[in-house]
Amino acid sequence: MAEQLALLPARLAAHLELSLAALAIAALASIPIGVRVAQRGGAANAVLAAASVVQTLPSLALLAIMVPLLAGLGAILHGPLAVLGTELRGIGKAPALVALTLYGMLPILRNTVTGLSGVDPAVREAARGVGMTPRQQLLRVELPLALPVIVAGLRTAAVWIVGTATLSTPVGATSLGNFIFSGLQTRNTAAVLVGCAAAAGLALLLDQLIRLLEVGLRRRQRATIATACAVLLLLGLASAIRPGAAAGGRPVAIGAKTFTEQYVLAEILAERIRREARLPVRVVESLGSTVAFDALRTGAIDLYVDYSGTLWATVMKRGDPPRERGRVRDEVARFLREEHGIEVVAALGFENAYALGMRAERARELGITRIAELASVAPTLEIGGDYEFFQRPEWAALERGYGLAFRAERSMDPALMLEALVQDEIDVLSAFSTDGRLAAHDVRLLADDRGVIPPYDALVLAGPRLLAEAPEAAAALAALDGTIDAPAMQRMNLAVDRDGASPAAVARRFLDALGDVGPP
Amino acid sequence: MIELSDLGKRWGDAIAVEHLSLRVERGELLVLVGGSGSGKTTTLKLINRLVEPTSGVVQIAGIDHRMLPGHELRRRIGYCFQQVGLFPHLSVAENVGIVPGLLGWPARDIAERVDELLHLVGLAPGEFCARRPDELSGGQAQRVGLARALAARPEVLLLDEPFGALDPVTRERLQGWFARLRRELGTTAIFVTHDVVEALLLGDRIAVLHAGRLLQVGTPDELLARPADAAVAELLETPRRQAEALARVLGRARA
Repeated sequence: MAEQLALLPARLAAHLELSLAALAIAALASIPIGVRVAQRGGAANAVLAAASVVQTLPSLALLAIMVPLLAGLGAILHGPLAVLGTELRGIGKAPALVALTLYGMLPILRNTVTGLSGVDPAVREAARGVGMTPRQQLLRVELPLALPVIVAGLRTAAVWIVGTATLSTPVGATSLGNFIFSGLQTRNTAAVLVGCAAAAGLALLLDQLIRLLEVGLRRRQRATIATACAVLLLLGLASAIRPGAAAGGRPVAIGAKTFTEQYVLAEILAERIRREARLPVRVVESLGSTVAFDALRTGAIDLYVDYSGTLWATVMKRGDPPRERGRVRDEVARFLREEHGIEVVAALGFENAYALGMRAERARELGITRIAELASVAPTLEIGGDYEFFQRPEWAALERGYGLAFRAERSMDPALMLEALVQDEIDVLSAFSTDGRLAAHDVRLLADDRGVIPPYDALVLAGPRLLAEAPEAAAALAALDGTIDAPAMQRMNLAVDRDGASPAAVARRFLDALGDVGPP
Repeated sequence: MIELSDLGKRWGDAIAVEHLSLRVERGELLVLVGGSGSGKTTTLKLINRLVEPTSGVVQIAGIDHRMLPGHELRRRIGYCFQQVGLFPHLSVAENVGIVPGLLGWPARDIAERVDELLHLVGLAPGEFCARRPDELSGGQAQRVGLARALAARPEVLLLDEPFGALDPVTRERLQGWFARLRRELGTTAIFVTHDVVEALLLGDRIAVLHAGRLLQVGTPDELLARPADAAVAELLETPRRQAEALARVLGRARA
């Protein structure tokens, strides 16, 4: 818990900065649009309709869509932005800010329109009748009367934005979601609690501050308005002062996808670079699977670990990969170098392949040790898979290669899936071969006797910028080639998942034991 | 003071007001009377340009009212209507002081004027200044509305059924009070009503409108004595018929 709390100030500040910026932009954009819609209707109504459509998109999907969109926009605007000494990156704060702003616009927009159209027509006519200009009518009569409704919209938007901002972690923006995503993956309940409590507290605080502001405005109490504004301003300032933000060179950014092994490997890469290349590093946690590769390709991160079979299927978009580990590894490496200037600097040694698992006892009862034996009983069984699994070519290959047809397929959170298997709520699960919890929970992995699942060599990928600017970092990592076998990876995963060790501590222990395999 | 010349207003094909010519003398109170759809409210709004005429000319004190921007024109014309339309987020004092404020009067002058007006309409400033419109009775709200219309000392006052929504007792009291007040102030006023009794009691002259046209204009005596046509005659007969019917009811009650 203390370890989690130490991370709180930085993440809270980042979360607050993102939320306040999104809320401010959403309000500044929505209120004028709302005024126009209320006055003119017509074409402006399309804006309201568009905002409603945005609202129906699942927030995580909206955030994910922003990554390729902004990366594309960044590429188009590269020239002019470079002149301004800046760049637009597909991952990080930019996509989160855009998505959260869009998300927060609807309640403000809708309430502005509702509030303004709810103004008594007699009062509206009186405002004209006493000789107010259209602007005076709006500012002195209509907006003040619509204010409570508009503020209610602001409060809704604030709560939504603060809540949804936790989902900006997978697109590479630090937020309180880092606690929740990594906590769920590494079964660290304390982290999840810290993240949820902090997000809820922040939402309540903003909600109440905005309410206070409204009360002050309505009763025209200067002191109340000043207090609310001062606290909001303080929050804004506090979020802008990033604790521990170091000046100087841009740190090497190391990405991690959303599972334990990735956190551990990212920490190993980070610690190795720190020790051997003496460079500042930064771990970007909990990236979505395809977000991670896009991030590397566009230079938003410099390093991460991916798996040969995954790259073959999702990046190269090639059909059936060959079964030979070496061939897949070589072809992936050549493709990445030629197409994207990305280098495979090390193959860590282990494979983390998709596998199907059952409770060992259940498998014994049914007399199943191989996937081929599963086909005949599959129609009476339920299978659970992670979010990607049933869309993946590996699943298609399994279905095709073994003629598998289950009674039901459930997409679930990987961490909850294991519980479900232990409770017999599902019979078969998709698993990763290096998941340390499998052995600990007595889960038996079924042999891929027909060899339909492609190899999944863990490869350390380095982006073009790192190769050009910090070749010493790549060299330090090259020495990790072949240093982690599957049992070692399982043990490290288990140390985090079951024993509650932090990925960073596990990484340090590994490198200490590894000793001096320093670069030549 | 106010002269309407061949004034007309159409909404698409529908005629609201047509070929309307009228003069209102300085200090006079002209009542526009007619049924719903007769164009009396539209006529009032054509004068302060809440509605823009499609034809004809309005002159106020000899000057075409289109010479000023609409909002500046309206600041010079007091306007008071049935729904009152007090600004619910402002206090009584702020409501009354709104037009002087728009005209840029100094705050102290506005405060003095508000006190003066609240006295004039019979509301104690100490008690009423800080009140919100939702803390007023209907009659009090209408008095505040009238004070607001009079605040910037307009030469012309437009009143659209100001007492229409009040209960009969309050209405009768406010009518009497208004008749005295207007004579004291000497303001030129146009007063719209559908109530013939109110028209006969308050008007120096009465203009009878029907379907957007002027049927007759004259003093109450002239209209009663020589109605221009059957419609005017019937309209003016209404109060007499009601009075006779009422007398029968009262007679029965006494018997």
